[in-house]
Amino acid sequence: MSKGDKLEVLDFWASPYCGRVKIALEEKGVKYVASEEDVFGCKSDLLLKSNPIHQKVPVLLHNDKPIVESAIIVTYIDEVWPSNSLLPTSAYDRAQARFWVDYIDKKVFETGRSVWGSNGEEREVGTRDFIEVIKHLEEALGEKNYFGGEAFGYVDIIAISHSPWFLAYEKLGGFKIQDHTPKLSAWIKRCLKRESVAKVLPDPEKVYQFVLHFRKMSGLD
Amino acid sequence: KMTEVKLHGFWYSPFTLKVKWTLELKGIPYENIEEDRFNMSVQIFQYNPIYKRTPILVHDGKPLCESTIIVEYIDQIWPENPLFPIDSYERALARFWIKYADDMVSAIRLLALSSNSEEQVKAIEKIWEHLRVVEDRCFNDHEKKFFGGDTINIVDIAFGSMVKFITVLEDALEVKILEYEKFPHFHLWYNNFKNVPIIKENLPDQDKMLAFLKFSREKLLGSS
Repeated sequence: MSKGDKLEVLDFWASPYCGRVKIALEEKGVKYVASEEDVFGCKSDLLLKSNPIHQKVPVLLHNDKPIVESAIIVTYIDEVWPSNSLLPTSAYDRAQARFWVDYIDKKVFETGRSVWGSNGEEREVGTRDFIEVIKHLEEALGEKNYFGGEAFGYVDIIAISHSPWFLAYEKLGGFKIQDHTPKLSAWIKRCLKRESVAKVLPDPEKVYQFVLHFRKMSGLD
Repeated sequence: KMTEVKLHGFWYSPFTLKVKWTLELKGIPYENIEEDRFNMSVQIFQYNPIYKRTPILVHDGKPLCESTIIVEYIDQIWPENPLFPIDSYERALARFWIKYADDMVSAIRLLALSSNSEEQVKAIEKIWEHLRVVEDRCFNDHEKKFFGGDTINIVDIAFGSMVKFITVLEDALEVKILEYEKFPHFHLWYNNFKNVPIIKENLPDQDKMLAFLKFSREKLLGSS
């Protein structure tokens, strides 16, 4: 890493998509600035200019050049700062990692939303769907310490960034992840011990309050 | 070194086409296994238990799923004639546009299965939104003939597979979507793209696709 590198993350504290970018930068030991965006209110000119198409966080600005889409950003970070590799080296293992990252990002937040963002039967269906998703993840994890094997890596970073929302899903869905996927629960605890993860991820209780507030504002409560 | 590459897919799928074009452009010998959507081989469920769908690439017995993941894998294992940019920033941009192209499929599907003019108009407008973004943002470098420069790359392939579909829908539904007046650069780009020899040789037959679309609409909508 050259001394002149300027790194800024356009951020939102509760977003799992922002969390993973920050974790990746922490893992690489790279200095960055996180700028909180008012995503529900007034987005900054910088955000609108950096991500004109989707107008969403996260955006990584590397010497003022924007990179968008969190999984793409994490891959970029791994390529630019190759020490302490996050992605596996073998092409097949990389493909497997990408598959799980794609699955996690297609399913976890969306099924989670159907738990916290609805009521009654819709929520019951959502809860079942979410549990099915974490069961698939449990299977993918198997007996390994991390999704990639012995070392914390790309899939772990993507997956763990969703964990601050799990308390909200559990409380509103009336279930405990521990009961359905004990290995995944153990993996969550293991990841939370990691300095990068502990430093970056928000308190699940704070996320839960945020969700409850959002529900009220949306007329769900 | 003898390697065995098999591609399970549907001849009419833009995602299968993306993988096919990638293999053809790199000159990688492979066995094409045509799957029947309504009667897929048992292996599909073994190779892709989560999504149970094609395309699936099987390389020396090891399965790979999801077209975007497959093409990155191919580019890594067979690095000659790279289809992904070498520079990390350019790679990040390419990955963004590949995803953007893939995201067009939901509007394309909506249009393919539209059962009334209101649905049709809505779907076309969604497609136009995407085309507008690409038209406005991707053709500012007038030196470049293709997304890949002088030769096509993975972004050309990603958009090309979707646009091929759009042209079939234009014919089938008698609507204009990739209009020259609205999207002059994109229109010109596609004309150049489809005439690249390997692409031209591997473009699904338009009449065959029209017939297939008609058949699908009848089957799924009970009408054409």
